[in-house]
Amino acid sequence: MDSFLYAISVMALGGIVLGALLGYASTRFKVEGDPLVEKIDSILPQTQCGQCGFPGCRPYAEAIAKDEADINQCPPGGDENIHKLAELLGKEYKPLSEEHGVEKPKAVALIDEQTCIGCTLCIQACPVDAIVGAAKQMHTIVADLCTGCELCIPPCPVECISMETVNATLDTWKWQKPGTQRVIPIVPVATNAQAA
Amino acid sequence: MTEYLFILVGAVLVNNVVLVRILGLCPFMGVSKKLSTAYGMGAATTFVLTMGTGASYIIDHYLLIPFSLEYLRTISFIVTIAALVQLTELVIQKTSPVLHQVLGIYLPLITTNCAVLGVPLINVSQDNGFIASLVFGAGSSIGFSMALILFAGVRERVEAADVPVYFRGVAIAMVTAGLMSLAFMGFAGLDRY
Repeated sequence: MDSFLYAISVMALGGIVLGALLGYASTRFKVEGDPLVEKIDSILPQTQCGQCGFPGCRPYAEAIAKDEADINQCPPGGDENIHKLAELLGKEYKPLSEEHGVEKPKAVALIDEQTCIGCTLCIQACPVDAIVGAAKQMHTIVADLCTGCELCIPPCPVECISMETVNATLDTWKWQKPGTQRVIPIVPVATNAQAA
Repeated sequence: MTEYLFILVGAVLVNNVVLVRILGLCPFMGVSKKLSTAYGMGAATTFVLTMGTGASYIIDHYLLIPFSLEYLRTISFIVTIAALVQLTELVIQKTSPVLHQVLGIYLPLITTNCAVLGVPLINVSQDNGFIASLVFGAGSSIGFSMALILFAGVRERVEAADVPVYFRGVAIAMVTAGLMSLAFMGFAGLDRY
């Protein structure tokens, strides 16, 4: 009986001591990730398309945080994104840099299933695993997951992938941000008053 | 001193933990595709094994034997080693990011590697002292790293060789490992001199 109690108390003691040690160490030796990177990353559209010249959104966010990349290299995010980044980082707004591409309406890839030969090349190219299929089987795209990055188009040997623009539906429609053309013009009231 | 040297040579060559005792085969097959990963894994294992053997000696001698709880060795060793590894990972991450990048993912990966549990168990069954335990742990892990790095080098060359179709990949790796194990059996006579 004694030995049984010893066994339990030794194991419990060990567990408590080790647990306390680890708990203490995890607060004492906590490593802070760069919070700025998190914020920038949350603004980026997460298409992982690589048009900015970085392997994904996260590396681009890290580069922006280190001041190694400009804020206007993300075509999928478009103008709206650049405004948000400029505001976050206290930088001047600049238009989307042309060498990285142009802003397009949101689109998803569509595979022409008649032409698809099942080569799996597009599956390997897809950064978000939105393409399902197996070798010599027809592939298809999960439209909800597709970010419209167009990375699957160049590898396709039979050119069966096309981009379909997604039109706003009742579920996805949003108010447009006020652009230059929608700003109510300032009417010089003072001159009228003087004239009267 | 010669006693420690015997333990070291015995652990590295004669009773090589992978090739003679056949422990820790999962990392041996798993991370030996490239030399660079083999180095990282070897360094991490050396670290963990030496530390784990020392820690388990202390647990065994000051906690288990006084209460005659030797039957709890397996579970208490693995818990202690896992906690220690986790602790060192936290400390390394804070104090030396470079070392953390080198050992990085391998540290938590080998916590429950069978060699990491096997060596402390063999160690207590040999009745080594504390220093001898550390030497035995270090020797075993050096032997492990050596076997892993040698094997990774061989596999990198086999990759480029013209292997018959049916032997490609894991099959030829297994055959290679078997041949290496045979070669290490040749050290068995070493302790007689």
